[in-house]
Amino acid sequence: MSKTLAEKIWDEHIVRRADGEPDLLYIDLHLIHEVTSPQAFDGLRLNNRKVRRPDLTIATEDHNVPTLNIDKPIADPVSKLQVDTLRANCKEFGVRIHSLGDAEQGIVHVVGPQLGLTQPGMTIVCGDSHTSTHGAFGALAFGIGTSEVEHVLATQTLPLIRPKTMAINVEGTLKPGVTSKDIILAIIAKIGTGGGQGYILEYRGSAIRALSMEARMTVCNMSIEAGARAGLIAPDEKTFEYIKGKPHAPKDFDAAVKYWSTLYSDSDAKFDVEINLDANELEPFVTWGTNPGQGLPLNASVPNPADILDAEERGAAERALTYMGLTAGTPLKKIAIDTVFLGSCTNGRIEDLRSAAEILKGKKIASSLRMLVVPGSARVRLQAETEGLDKVFLDAGAEWRSAGCSMCLGMNPDQLAVGERSASTSNRNFEGRQGKGGRTHLVSPLVAAATALRGTLSSPADL
Amino acid sequence: MEKFIKHTGTGVPLRRSNVDTDQIIPAVYLKRVTRSGFEDGLFAAWRNDPEFVLNQEAFKKGTVLVAGADFGTGSSREHAVWALQNYGFKAVISSRFADIFRGNSLKAGLLTIIVSQEEVEALWGAIESKPDTPITIDLETRTVSYNSTLLNFVIDDYTRWRLMEGLDDIGLTLKQTDSIDSFEKNRAEYKPKTLPVLK
Repeated sequence: MSKTLAEKIWDEHIVRRADGEPDLLYIDLHLIHEVTSPQAFDGLRLNNRKVRRPDLTIATEDHNVPTLNIDKPIADPVSKLQVDTLRANCKEFGVRIHSLGDAEQGIVHVVGPQLGLTQPGMTIVCGDSHTSTHGAFGALAFGIGTSEVEHVLATQTLPLIRPKTMAINVEGTLKPGVTSKDIILAIIAKIGTGGGQGYILEYRGSAIRALSMEARMTVCNMSIEAGARAGLIAPDEKTFEYIKGKPHAPKDFDAAVKYWSTLYSDSDAKFDVEINLDANELEPFVTWGTNPGQGLPLNASVPNPADILDAEERGAAERALTYMGLTAGTPLKKIAIDTVFLGSCTNGRIEDLRSAAEILKGKKIASSLRMLVVPGSARVRLQAETEGLDKVFLDAGAEWRSAGCSMCLGMNPDQLAVGERSASTSNRNFEGRQGKGGRTHLVSPLVAAATALRGTLSSPADL
Repeated sequence: MEKFIKHTGTGVPLRRSNVDTDQIIPAVYLKRVTRSGFEDGLFAAWRNDPEFVLNQEAFKKGTVLVAGADFGTGSSREHAVWALQNYGFKAVISSRFADIFRGNSLKAGLLTIIVSQEEVEALWGAIESKPDTPITIDLETRTVSYNSTLLNFVIDDYTRWRLMEGLDDIGLTLKQTDSIDSFEKNRAEYKPKTLPVLK
């Protein structure tokens, strides 16, 4: 029977299937961080349970670690307690951990791929909704809650009802200055923040094939912003090449490639829904509102809620404009920015830093704003320093920070002040996401860099 | 986990759609290492507004949250579910929930009930005109009732059974240890392991 890629991976991981019950699915890799795991480890202790497979589990510290002075103890006592708790839990249960100061520390979704632990055909979970990032390798990867974290620690499985499948076909060629971030923002604007609910998305088509592995990760990363728990891309030569030579790449690489090469949706496989997007038409995208679906091409103007027919959406747009301090009809490019944030699991990898550095090289950022550059992992930071990118950012007037989630969610000291406005390469523009009262515009690294130079939302073409 | 069979309480109308988990509980409140005490962070940004529904005397004792569409989008933080439970909510009614939030709520014993948007609107109308309107949620019959209205909702048999019995998922899965053992025997050799640490 013909199957979609998601169905193939799902079926290969069924431990037990019974009528009227969810499938019991085996989990190949469990990623852990400090915020969503303490209560799960507590649950194990209360019930006298062990971690079933420490050798399929890995932890790192990312959500609330500082990005300055990381050699000193964490100043916030509550953050420190949470990080210390993770360290103690990992020690007690025999789980590998990469702590602050370690070259492999960083955002959990950057660390997995850089170690070569993320591979095609795997099931990967983490107590973090951006686990969908790993789908770029043709893995079935999704975010889970803390009860499920405990379940996976104890059993290495999860009982799950299989979602439906949605194909998102992106055909054509991107114009210069248009990136994978713009593809995913355009998809979310098209299908809405609830459009993917109940589905696993598969990104397909020539525009997706043409993307690098890191650019594919950006697309899959934001599947959750379209409502989908998981999004994936069939592996190809680029995928195999990316994994080759990584510390945990398979020893018997040929055997692995032979299996990985079977991982695609059969030509006659049926998706429950198919969506098409024309890559030729895409422009740099930016969000204007308070959910990731409220986005428009950068050349557009702030929309007028009165033009929105749906009453619910109209109300949401009105509330969003009030929160964002924007007036309908204002060209998006006229919006002045206070902070540019380059980083996060969406756009904190080496290619993202390279593309922004190329624009900033030899130039100065606008005096009206600050720019934070936060590498996705300590390894990315080291690589960037080897290439001299740190100098480019510092010479331009940006801040060069240590690795972590940082201002994407403002759990550490990196936050927006009330009313402050950011152009951010992260994934969520929710109210208060980057700091109470902060206003977020989601953008690509290229738009972030151009905006940093001009002081208002800009694309590289405006320079 | 506490059993959920039937609950009667009053409602709280939250007339907003797309309430993401950052609104339910902002990240700065996620630093606790326990499952309790999250009620302070519930809708923290909105609680400063005296007009916000939870600040209105009439709705302070509500146990059934009636929310707009796409409730619980965004972050996977189960703290959002705990914050609602810690505050005293037993159930949330909406026309659509985000997948991860719904999964988390049903694991933790907070019943999330899907009805149509028209039914949500009618319920909003009823509780706004008479905040002490009793709402009864019966998981046995899969119904929500208030005044003379009876709404049916869908929940899969397995989850319903588990909630009504108050069963912990992990205990149930551990009964399948033999199946897990035999699955592991057949896993491919080239699948990566995190241990030992390789450089």
